[in-house]
Amino acid sequence: MLPILEAHNLVKKFNGFTAVDDVSFAIEEGEMFSLLGPNGAGKTTTIAMLSCLLAPTAGEAVIGGHSVTRDPMAAKKIIGVVPQDIALYEELSALENLHFWGRMYGMGGAALKRRIAEVLEEVGLADKAKQRVKTYSGGMKRRINIAVGLLHRPRLLFMDEPTVGIDPQSRRNILDSVKALNRQGMTVLYTTHYMEEAQELSQRVGIIDHGRLIALGTQQELTQMVGQMDALRLHLPEGQEAGELIAALQALPDMRQVTTADHQIVLIVPDAQEAIPPVFAQADRLGFKIRSVEIEEPNLEAVFLHLTGRALRD
Amino acid sequence: MTKLIAIAWKDLRLIFRDRAALILMLATPFALTLGMGLITGAFSGGGSSIPQLPVVVVNQDGGQLGDALTQLLTSADLDDLLAARVETDETAARSAVESDQVAAAVIVPAGFTDSIIPKDADALSAPAVAIEVVMNPGRPISAGVVRSIVEGFIDQVEAGRVGGQVAIGQLLGSGLIASQEIAQMAQQFGQEQASLAGEPLIRVRRSDVAPEETNDFNPLLLLAPGMALAFLMFTVSLGSRSILVERRDGTLARMLSTATPAGPILVGKIAGVYLVGVAQMFILILASTLLFRLDWGDPLGVIALVLAAVVGAAGWGLLLAAVAKTPNQVANLGMTMMLLFGILGGSFFGGALPEGALGRLAKITPNAWAMAGFTALARGGDLTDIAPDIAALLAMGAALLAISVALFSRKGFLQR
Repeated sequence: MLPILEAHNLVKKFNGFTAVDDVSFAIEEGEMFSLLGPNGAGKTTTIAMLSCLLAPTAGEAVIGGHSVTRDPMAAKKIIGVVPQDIALYEELSALENLHFWGRMYGMGGAALKRRIAEVLEEVGLADKAKQRVKTYSGGMKRRINIAVGLLHRPRLLFMDEPTVGIDPQSRRNILDSVKALNRQGMTVLYTTHYMEEAQELSQRVGIIDHGRLIALGTQQELTQMVGQMDALRLHLPEGQEAGELIAALQALPDMRQVTTADHQIVLIVPDAQEAIPPVFAQADRLGFKIRSVEIEEPNLEAVFLHLTGRALRD
Repeated sequence: MTKLIAIAWKDLRLIFRDRAALILMLATPFALTLGMGLITGAFSGGGSSIPQLPVVVVNQDGGQLGDALTQLLTSADLDDLLAARVETDETAARSAVESDQVAAAVIVPAGFTDSIIPKDADALSAPAVAIEVVMNPGRPISAGVVRSIVEGFIDQVEAGRVGGQVAIGQLLGSGLIASQEIAQMAQQFGQEQASLAGEPLIRVRRSDVAPEETNDFNPLLLLAPGMALAFLMFTVSLGSRSILVERRDGTLARMLSTATPAGPILVGKIAGVYLVGVAQMFILILASTLLFRLDWGDPLGVIALVLAAVVGAAGWGLLLAAVAKTPNQVANLGMTMMLLFGILGGSFFGGALPEGALGRLAKITPNAWAMAGFTALARGGDLTDIAPDIAALLAMGAALLAISVALFSRKGFLQR
């Protein structure tokens, strides 16, 4: 099968700062692909180049056989974009917004009306379609923001962090919608800094950090990069300075990596069960209290940690 | 084309849903026109002529001087100033003042002439009978004008009376006339006084700036377009500001991500600015026509002038958006432009432009050209008369539009 998207050595520089550095990947038609990385990693800039909104400093991208630099209009006809920030007119109703954006996608008449009704059903806002967007909750706005991107039935949908800043219920709705779209055959390029989302949604994941694509593959392929290591997550009480404990834990035999964030210490060890007694012994010796312990199978966060030495939320 | 229309129509809807914008675009110019109309008295008579002062005259004298004063107040010379009517009933005249029907009542009591023109030697020392001016306290200025006219009349009569009394007394004392000749002489003297006093004390002369101006020209026809044009400058800056707002809010990027080239998007935005300006002007014109009963003049000329004025104004609005970096900058610059162009272009002064260099500078404002056009139409001109104004506005708009598009292009707005 031919890839619907191919990015070749994309580079974007802003006044000497390299936001995207030599990024290459391909997405197959019908695939669900995630770009996972912390804030400022270069995900949005990559999407902007692929959406023909930013000209690459170097490199090239081809969408459905059309170059984003030489034939952007043809490439744009294939894509739908759900931007990270809600790009709607708050003084217009959802219906008026969808009608306007439908016209911008070249739709009109009865076909547009039918399609608006369909997407409103898909995002579950048909009964509130005549309300002005400014009266919507953050989650509802996000859903209309997605509905706009779906109007013209794009073959390839770019979703740039569509769950940022919304409540868990709306987030769940959006993730379910994304899976449903993919099941219907839509190819999705999804960017996120939530490991759980990438893990739940994607067949393949590209991990991006500081503008560089540092890993790419299926989840199984990526976790194999970490090896047979376990992650041991220690939860500490708030207000406890963990510096001394971290130093002691790093000195333990077989300890591969120790990182800390948000009153948690994450230990990468060959065998979590074997590591627990000496870890608790050190905590006891230094007078530290440990609230709880979790043992995690290798996951994308562990991969990111393994590759960058930092947690995703850093 | 449908995308272009969709953008322009969407912008029109957005602005007309912005209450704060509507207040500034429509309510404020309308309220200012109304307020300035009330201050300048434009609603009191529908014309720029000095309003006639209603006055009632009661002549109970029946003598030469009473008749002379009545004739003076009702004369054609004072016709432009006074709307005088003659009454016989003093009580009715006083009631007319009390009920605010007239500014003043002039009551010439019986014996007024006789007190001035003595019939015999005994009458020379008789006290004078006073004319009463009953003034309406609610119209102090108008009543004051009437009183001044009457006082002028009395001053002349009084001067003649004193002179006559002295002359007749001396003639009698020196034996040049006999006492039986006094009455005849006083009569002759009185007639001369009456004819002199009847000479107009006040002549009303109109000093028109433009000789062709008619008496019934309504100053609202200068105020209403002035205010509409001043706030048109605000509207076009608001419309142009939306270009930067769309960029800030990500809707411009979203439009560009559809298969729509940047050119038509920019043209759609410009069309939106234009449509909003035209809508504002026609709403204000329609409202003032219906509520103030204004006749703006040749309808074809008015339509053409509005369409051209908005071209000129939109050019300035777009230039602001092209040079500014943020929507707030456009808002601040737009407000400054509105006031500056309003003052310079005569919007706040009935179209009067400053003299000298500032007057020449005023020609860069759409206000100056459009005000000239609206004034010409209101005075009976037609499309031909305002053709130079329309041409100037279109040229101004085209030049500013070209500069703005070039600046937008330089800033990367037209990238792909």
